[in-house]
Amino acid sequence: MVPDEHLVERCLAQDDDAWNELVARYSRYVLAICTQGYRLQGADAEDAFQDVFLRVYDRLGSLRDPAALRPWIGQLTRRVCLDRLAAGKREEPTDLEPEGIDATIEELDDAFAVREALNELPDECQEVLDRFFCRDESYRMIGEELGIPSGTIASRISRCLARLRERFADG
Amino acid sequence: MSYDEERLGELLRKLPPAPEGWVRAAQELPTARAALDDLVARAEADAELRRRILTDLEAALAAEGVEPSSALLADLRTRLAE
Repeated sequence: MVPDEHLVERCLAQDDDAWNELVARYSRYVLAICTQGYRLQGADAEDAFQDVFLRVYDRLGSLRDPAALRPWIGQLTRRVCLDRLAAGKREEPTDLEPEGIDATIEELDDAFAVREALNELPDECQEVLDRFFCRDESYRMIGEELGIPSGTIASRISRCLARLRERFADG
Repeated sequence: MSYDEERLGELLRKLPPAPEGWVRAAQELPTARAALDDLVARAEADAELRRRILTDLEAALAAEGVEPSSALLADLRTRLAE
């Protein structure tokens, strides 16, 4: 996987493939902050999501430490969500921080790290773990989609989780 | 850092995929931004075009082949107001 600092460098050189990769890498994280951290839903969540990536695109050149891309995007996302919550209200954005938001972000940071470790696993493990845990697909659905007997899905998930644990501990 | 399998599963569940359309729209930002820059440049040189764009921002963006997200609409509105 391309390190964030190289990804930023390539984005700043107007490499569209790098931008596509950056969006793909951070889309889940941004969405999770919007929806789980700030409880934005529907059109509000979508508007915030697009606004975050527009700001990232416009301000990427101002990022002092490209290796700190994740916390920078996290902060930008928090700012965008707060601005959206504050729109039409009298409160200062800082008064609108949901209770426990720091703990939620910390949890999402851990989730992001696990996701990064998942991306280092073979495709078959990425696929089955993503479908089961992230897309909430049943054994039957996974079996049909991947063309493998549904009776073997549980053991594959178990085996892939063990590999993920090893990979994550190493990383 | 080390987690057991149950905790890893719990953390994986925290990051479901964003809707494909949202991701695609964000990935198309460089193209959208270029189209926006071109539109603003033309509007600055043509008062009638600028007026028409301000009358219907969504239609103006759509005519340029840009999916009009609220962020891009706000950006276009701001730039034309400057």
